[in-house]
Amino acid sequence: MWDFPLFPDSASTHAPRVDALYIGLLLVSAAFTFAFAFFVLFFAVKYRRGSRADRSNIKDSSPIAEAFYITVPTLLGIGLFVWGAIVYFDLIAPPGDSVEIYVIGKQWMWKAQHPEGSKEINELHVPVGKPVRLIMTSQDVIHSFFIPDFRVKQDVLPGRYTTMWFLPTKVGRYRLFCTEYCGTEHSRMGGWVTVMEPAEYEAWLEGSSETTGMAAEGAALFRQYHCSGCHGTNSTVKAPPLEGVYGGPVPLLNDPADPQSGVKLIRADERYVRDSILLPKNEVVAGYEPLMPSFAGQIPEEDVLKLIAYIKSIGRGRPTRALDDRGMDPGEGAVTNVTEITGMPQQDNGGNER
Amino acid sequence: MSTESRADDPRSIEASDSTRGYLGADYSIKSWLLTTDHKRIALLYLASITVFFIFGGAAASLVRMELMTPRGDVFNTPDDYNRAFTIHGVFMIFFFLIPSIPAVFGNFLLPIMIGARDLAFPRLNLLSWYVYMAGGLFTMYALVSGGVDTGWTFYTPYSTMFSNTQVIAAAMGIFIVGFSSILTALNFIVTIHTMRAPGMTWLRLPLFVWAHYATSIIIVLGTPVLAITILLVAVERLFQVGIFDPAYGGDPLLFQHLFWFYSHPAVYIMILPGFGVISEIVTAFARKKIFGYTFMAGALLAIAVLGFLVWGHHMFVSSQSMYAGMIFSVLSFLVAVPSGIKVFNWTATLYKGSVSFKTPMLYALGFIGLFTIGGLTGLFLATMAVDVHVHDTYFIVAHFHYVMVGGMLMAYMGGLHFWWPKITGRLYSEFWGALSALTIFIGFNLTFFPQFILGYVGMPRRYYEYPQEYQVLNVMSTAGASILAVGYLMPLIYLPLSLVIGKVAGKNPWGAYGLEWQTSSPPSPHNFEESPIVTGGPYDYELQEFADMHRAVQEHGIV
Repeated sequence: MWDFPLFPDSASTHAPRVDALYIGLLLVSAAFTFAFAFFVLFFAVKYRRGSRADRSNIKDSSPIAEAFYITVPTLLGIGLFVWGAIVYFDLIAPPGDSVEIYVIGKQWMWKAQHPEGSKEINELHVPVGKPVRLIMTSQDVIHSFFIPDFRVKQDVLPGRYTTMWFLPTKVGRYRLFCTEYCGTEHSRMGGWVTVMEPAEYEAWLEGSSETTGMAAEGAALFRQYHCSGCHGTNSTVKAPPLEGVYGGPVPLLNDPADPQSGVKLIRADERYVRDSILLPKNEVVAGYEPLMPSFAGQIPEEDVLKLIAYIKSIGRGRPTRALDDRGMDPGEGAVTNVTEITGMPQQDNGGNER
Repeated sequence: MSTESRADDPRSIEASDSTRGYLGADYSIKSWLLTTDHKRIALLYLASITVFFIFGGAAASLVRMELMTPRGDVFNTPDDYNRAFTIHGVFMIFFFLIPSIPAVFGNFLLPIMIGARDLAFPRLNLLSWYVYMAGGLFTMYALVSGGVDTGWTFYTPYSTMFSNTQVIAAAMGIFIVGFSSILTALNFIVTIHTMRAPGMTWLRLPLFVWAHYATSIIIVLGTPVLAITILLVAVERLFQVGIFDPAYGGDPLLFQHLFWFYSHPAVYIMILPGFGVISEIVTAFARKKIFGYTFMAGALLAIAVLGFLVWGHHMFVSSQSMYAGMIFSVLSFLVAVPSGIKVFNWTATLYKGSVSFKTPMLYALGFIGLFTIGGLTGLFLATMAVDVHVHDTYFIVAHFHYVMVGGMLMAYMGGLHFWWPKITGRLYSEFWGALSALTIFIGFNLTFFPQFILGYVGMPRRYYEYPQEYQVLNVMSTAGASILAVGYLMPLIYLPLSLVIGKVAGKNPWGAYGLEWQTSSPPSPHNFEESPIVTGGPYDYELQEFADMHRAVQEHGIV
């Protein structure tokens, strides 16, 4: 009961790298702290009032000393920055073959859904030794998904997808917290991450009550919400077909209201599909009328995720830059200038990612 | 004004100067509430700020008591706990840490240090106190009539759409108090530019004045952004406009960008005046010119500028773009350099000095130690990969308490003891002063050092309940907090007591250099009998005249 922890458990590939950086910082800080403490106390005692210390030849500035203690901390700082940035890059760039799990935060619980269909609340089961990528969103306020033993944390925002990934290295149960203050039950919005052997994980997935996968559920929803009425193969309404869309480039009108405004290409990722359902008039596929009504407020976040899973399943695969590394601002890297194709000067209508 | 008419009467000048200075110029309540004397306004601030500090401190004690055990037991509901830490944060940040040193010591000393009779706009100065009080009472009302549970950061969309508490009322209190800051800052800037005594060139300004100059610039540029942000929160709450809530088409991160654009520089609004105070104390008690004066002044300005460019390091896990994150990270490392210069130079000032260990110096030495730890742990937060892990954990709580409480509050206490004889004309008990400094130093470290470890092992902040394995460190922290509380209670007793039983301080009890030590204690209503003419730098301790003056002071048996 009265244990005195100094480090959390080290249970992911990030953990030892972050710990090494932390220890490096500790050593630098300790060196400076002890040096200052030593000199302050040494000078204070040696030159205490009334002592017989030599006080001749007092200087009140020294350009050499000052140049020295500007350069050394600057170089040290840049060194630490580079080290920190290298570790950080791995923290945000998931490997291509990750297990993808969807997570929704809401006051005050974490809901996770595996593509195979299993759902869980305040629990997350993952296989050991395989990279896991979480695609997360919030239904109300900002939450933050934190697994101390993995050294990973990512805010979860309403209206956006954020992602994070980790590679668990040890079988066991690890604490899961919400770290962004979210109201009354903030401190109770947590649970456990269970890391299992891959075979056990497969058995767990099959053993849980859900039999249909997310994509199958999404296909059912696709009909239930009447999406198939327009996007289906036999539809008479002129809406873009969705087969093969996910993961590839989609041509969009620069200005949805003006068919002459020129075309730009955007990669169809989770964010794009979600916005096309909830804000369909923002990014209209070139050659189509902006006819689709918005489903904002009519489809719960879980169903949006299932629809995305379905559209993924009929798409061509994961986009190379699905969500810009940390799952935000895809506009920065994903929009391609296609002035050559259209012969029209490209006008950025701004805010297309909002 | 009554003070002026009394001051014009030669008899009353003589009587008041020899006994109670500006304090004795008039005793009526009206003479205090309608005063335009910067020294009296400083005392009005001192009294009100002390009340808010006690209020915020009481909330902190309740929070710490709650956290002694893993389960909720002090507060009946998590909501009460959430309100308590919000009260603590709001009062300490907006009504204590930000205004305290500028409003109390800045007001009292800045005109005296530059040889002026008052601030440039004395009536505006009085108005800023009334605005401050209005904001404080407004927020106080908001907190007793239901409270706020958003935390002092008011993150959206929780604050705009989900919290069912007095968000608008509390935010308006902060909105109002912001105007008080702006008025004071404008007053300082104009005063420093236009009211300096003959011979008081820019490079002869005491570092205390430089610090307030840099701080005032940050306040004038940053506070309006906070005011706008708070108004947007109120507008969204009242009219459901889509500014921050994505359900209405808003951006949940916009608030964080706007908020930290003010609130990160606000950290420097708190700490820069503290740097000024510590510079004055270290040079006075080492009886030696401050080392690297021009670098010290330049570092203050560099911090003020760089402080505006690092707000994004609060948002490394917010889903801000990684490229933005890298720029904020590298700039955050760079802002450590001028802070480092300050610590190096204070240390170098002690070299070949004549160091005495009076209470203000004990506080200043404590400041150097605690601020060094607080500043260096800032590097952990600038390092992105480590920040991802410690963000919003107790590591953060420990870090900013080291900077704000270990830094700014130690400087405030040091300044209070340093200038107490000047403000009141009386000396406090050196024994109790030293004991309080020591108690606060020990209590502080015991409270906040365990929180660094607590944060790294993973305890998130703002938790009402926590896993069992974090209890030992929390118990240590709570034990430290009770020692810390005793340390703060001591000056609340012995300082007022010194007004009655304290020895008369005389002009210059510490043998310090600087214009404020050349006028009487307490100073006369117009600071100086005749406007001083400045002929040398701010810390010419090596000058023969100073040595002579000091010998004369010693012969009168005061030191």
